[in-house]
Amino acid sequence: MSLEKVDLTKVKPYGDTLNDGKVQLSFTLPVPYGDEANEAAKQLAKKMGFEEPSVVHSKDLGLGYTFFIMYGNCTHTVNYDIIEVPKVDMKFMDKYGVEDYIKENIKRDVVIIGACTGSDAHTVGIDAIMNMKGFDGHYGLERYKGIEAYNLGSQVPNEELVAKAVELNADAILVSQVVTQKDVHIPNLTELVELLEAEGIRDKVVLVCGGPRLGHELAQELGYDAGFGPGSFANHVASFIVKQIVERDLVNK
Amino acid sequence: MKSKLNLDLKKIESSRNSAKNIALETQKFIDKHTTITVERTVARLLGVDGVDEIEKPLPNVLVDNIKEGGGLQQGAAFWIGNAMVQRELTPQQIAEEVNKGDLDITKVPIADMDKIREAVNSIAKDTVDKIKGIREKRDDYLKNLGEGKKPYLYVIVATGNIYEDIQQAQAGAHQGADIVAVIRTTAQSLLDYVPYGATTEGFGGTYATQENFRLMREALDKAGEEVGRYIRLCNYCSGLCMPEIAAMGALERLDVMLNDALYGILFRDINMQRTLVDQFFSRIINGFAGIMINTGEDNYLTTADAVEEAHTVLASQFINEQFALLAGLKEEQMGLGHAFEINPNVENGFLMELSQAQMAKEIFPNAPLKYMPPTKFMTGNIFKGHLQDAMFNLASVWTGQTIQLLGMPTEAIHTPHLQDRMLAIENAQYIFNNARDIGDEVEFKKDGMIQKRAQQVLDEAEKMLKDIEQEGIFKTIEQGKFGGVKRPFTGGKGLDGVVEKDASYFNPFIDMMLGGGK
Repeated sequence: MSLEKVDLTKVKPYGDTLNDGKVQLSFTLPVPYGDEANEAAKQLAKKMGFEEPSVVHSKDLGLGYTFFIMYGNCTHTVNYDIIEVPKVDMKFMDKYGVEDYIKENIKRDVVIIGACTGSDAHTVGIDAIMNMKGFDGHYGLERYKGIEAYNLGSQVPNEELVAKAVELNADAILVSQVVTQKDVHIPNLTELVELLEAEGIRDKVVLVCGGPRLGHELAQELGYDAGFGPGSFANHVASFIVKQIVERDLVNK
Repeated sequence: MKSKLNLDLKKIESSRNSAKNIALETQKFIDKHTTITVERTVARLLGVDGVDEIEKPLPNVLVDNIKEGGGLQQGAAFWIGNAMVQRELTPQQIAEEVNKGDLDITKVPIADMDKIREAVNSIAKDTVDKIKGIREKRDDYLKNLGEGKKPYLYVIVATGNIYEDIQQAQAGAHQGADIVAVIRTTAQSLLDYVPYGATTEGFGGTYATQENFRLMREALDKAGEEVGRYIRLCNYCSGLCMPEIAAMGALERLDVMLNDALYGILFRDINMQRTLVDQFFSRIINGFAGIMINTGEDNYLTTADAVEEAHTVLASQFINEQFALLAGLKEEQMGLGHAFEINPNVENGFLMELSQAQMAKEIFPNAPLKYMPPTKFMTGNIFKGHLQDAMFNLASVWTGQTIQLLGMPTEAIHTPHLQDRMLAIENAQYIFNNARDIGDEVEFKKDGMIQKRAQQVLDEAEKMLKDIEQEGIFKTIEQGKFGGVKRPFTGGKGLDGVVEKDASYFNPFIDMMLGGGK
């Protein structure tokens, strides 16, 4: 398998042969289990653009629902060459890099506050970034020399977060949104931006959001400086914040 | 059962003793206080129900009137009883009169105390008898219809719409679930009232209301009859309305309730005085109604490290056990919680999980232990997640856990879809069946890794409990010893609903229900 053969302007899924288009998919249909159900699943897969769809497993879920595991050959392609994804485009430092950067370029403690806002009670994300222990071997911001980290916890109203930011003269605000059913995180995140603007401090803080459903592009659309999705650790967030402080001339605010 | 872990019985006894002293010391505080939700619960149990024109529940309307009149320290039973005697009204009529503005309950002239008690006790006794009848109905179902094998398969539904929940719950029962939990909408725990009626809108879950309880109970009874086993219903007896939810659950035959003495303090920032007083009355009700409680120690491991902080789980289980005993709960009703949350990259992590699960079983042999699946290290890789859940299922059947909260391969992505639940049940059924008696067959090597791990956790828990015994529970929480979360004595939500009881205070249900009342 050599990369030369791949035509990046027409990319499709790979199973074991280039351009075989193999995709596995699973879903449930609200129809009773049986041959008709399997046929319905196949027809649906065809409409999704799969050739030779096959139901390799189906199971009765009870009460007139059937679950399918299928394979099919995808007929569509994408042009990889013209793809552009907005992301936090920078070289991330590790913990020690961030600490040195603060010492050399900021020369004071950086104040970062974080919270799970609105109705969200799931602190796993903000804890992973902020708490001493961190996550999966990556220490959290509380352990960084030169960073004063305040984790306000869960279900913090936006008003309270802004008040705390003012009180502590925070350099950066981190907002975590984990449970975001029915897109409740969107108005909540927007409201925070509006409150910060109303207080006249939006341009004086680095504003970052994060969570499994939040990417950088969405974050920027909502008026945030950055968004960090799954796989982000404290050093990524810290790198971004300290560089922003210097680049935006917020060192002596 | 012979100990497979070679645990030092003296250390278990000493830990239990410390926990008992901690609970007794805290109970002195609890006995002196009542709260606004405890009094609303009394009102509910005396028959006050319904809402006003802005959807404010009448128990709130009534108890707010008592509080505003400065009468909370005498308790709702006192004022309701007094108005019953003086005005010849039922509790519901009293609440309606207060709502209309025709009655200011604390301004009614005070009647003779014996008459007040007599009026209240006659109604209270009817409610207590009714709950006893509901409990007997559950016993009948269990006797005649039977139940699933242990570990019970526990699944959640969380659509936000009770009617959609019912579909999913019934499908879950048909797929093999033994317990269905209706996840509450995000932030309900912080509401200082219980919403009313059937609800179809919620975020990440469905409102706990008495009507939603009733609808789901009816649906699960039907599903249970179809599949030939009783399906238990679970909800969340936590937050600012802990005892009110307990009362509603007792009246609608819920079977399992999340009900922790410390969880709300640590993870919902509810004031510690409030929660400790509330948990006592809620547990009295749960105990009397034959409801199995689930405690929330597993949550410590989502914020703190599962290897380093395992002893805090054990220490908290000891404390929860003692609080539960004081509230009249039997060991058989104490679903003490723990979790499978060690980082999957830890070498021999599974051996530690096995050790800790076995330890919980040996220390609390009669408790229906609640075992929580991996959540913290679930990644969105549903294939690996399915394997993590399989390891969790193996640890459970091996060590005789009772309530198996099924891990979903799509944990960390979304609330479960219909097929996720089926895959989770299939996973557990396969492993439980395939390794059913592994615990009887396999012993652990003397002084091996598994034995030593449990011994170490017990040592640390014993030390921690000794410290707490010295410091008291309030100080311990202030110092952040559970879950790494610090909470001040006068901080958090709901403190303004706590008052010291007056000498004339009475709550008829505490006497009538405490100790199972059999």
